[in-house]
Amino acid sequence: MRVCRATLTKDLRLEWRSRDVINAMLFFALLVVVIFSFSFDPTAEESRHIAGGLIWVAFLFAAVVALNQTWARELRNDVLDAYRISPAPANALFLAKAIGNFLFVSILELLMAPLFVVFYNLRVLGSASSLALLAALGTWALVVNGTFFAAISLRTRSREIMLPLLLFPISIPAIIAMVNGTTAILTGEDSARFWLVLLGAYDVVFTTGSMLLFETVLHAE
Amino acid sequence: MNDSPEPAILLRGLSKQFGKFAALRRVTAEFSAGRLYCILGGNGAGKTTLLRTLAGLSRPTRGTVSLLGETDFRAARPKIGYMAHPSLLYDELSGMENLRYFACLYGIADEARCSDAIRAVALDPTLTRAVGQYSQGMRQRLSLARAFLNRPEMLLLDEPFSNVDLTSAQAMVRLLCDSRDAGKTIVVTTHQAALLDGSADEFVWMDAGAIVNRTKDWKLNAGSASELI
Repeated sequence: MRVCRATLTKDLRLEWRSRDVINAMLFFALLVVVIFSFSFDPTAEESRHIAGGLIWVAFLFAAVVALNQTWARELRNDVLDAYRISPAPANALFLAKAIGNFLFVSILELLMAPLFVVFYNLRVLGSASSLALLAALGTWALVVNGTFFAAISLRTRSREIMLPLLLFPISIPAIIAMVNGTTAILTGEDSARFWLVLLGAYDVVFTTGSMLLFETVLHAE
Repeated sequence: MNDSPEPAILLRGLSKQFGKFAALRRVTAEFSAGRLYCILGGNGAGKTTLLRTLAGLSRPTRGTVSLLGETDFRAARPKIGYMAHPSLLYDELSGMENLRYFACLYGIADEARCSDAIRAVALDPTLTRAVGQYSQGMRQRLSLARAFLNRPEMLLLDEPFSNVDLTSAQAMVRLLCDSRDAGKTIVVTTHQAALLDGSADEFVWMDAGAIVNRTKDWKLNAGSASELI
């Protein structure tokens, strides 16, 4: 845990000094919100039905920016090699990166949520606490897979293209759960319980799988 | 100097292939503990690949490597200090912040170890400037401090003197000699063999992925010395 905490602190410090990830994500998400709001002119009722999809599409694409950056930093000056030759556990690095990305994407969501409310005239008819839980589980699903697949695509020549190619197909069950769960909560028409359970199960399976396989990924040439 | 009979590094038929290109060709060699070895050779001779393979960063295509009696790299990792051609440092962090982080990877909680390592390479641990703003020579020295941080039994240094001024390079050589005298095994690759003249115990010559000669004096292999200074 000590290595995980130190790596997370180091990543947050690097981000605080460079602001590479947050700025890029914010800019991208902002563009999506503004362009979609000009493309459609929905009523409040229609907004509640389509907002789930819009919100998660914006966050998904913005998260890819963060996920690519998180490992790119370790490639500059080959710093990752310093980790690879150390006796520190691979899982500590993976967990720190995933938590860091979770924090970055969560900050983005907190900053973008008021904009979605304003641009799409949204009002939550379901449970706000369920929406918060769904956002947390959905964000973790995105970042845990994203962190893992970004590490896999690290040494490929077109890693910016490779990451979405690997990440999006495997994230489809999570995206379906996030979109349907969000829509259910926003409209208040259905219970989001099934989607929350699905997301929880997805998170457990992929977090475990990623942590089991990460050492092989880290030490691959 | 340590005259231990067990070699610190034992290579048996070591080969490394990158596609059709053979970076190492059936290298078989022994390196004794407590000695300073200087690996020489032209560009593409296989020096860096050999060092990366010794550090466990590159897996051999064929052959075996034994480091400090360990054939499992995971067991050898805590005993190795590695300095690569890139700095292996975060440009946005200060020298002390960098070393504090890497110390944590080795389970070192004592902050004095970090400042001692920085002072040992003649840098100031209180310097708050980010490493990205260091000169190339300062970065090289900090990189050496990082390699020393875990007090390794073996140091693998890839071109540690490149872009370092003569005075600093000589100070680095003195530090390496002191470490060798303290029993550490040191393997250095360089194009600046003259710096290690009289300090290195043995000069190992590589060409086309193979060890072609081992001499006590680097001037003895004059045919290959044309690109060295």
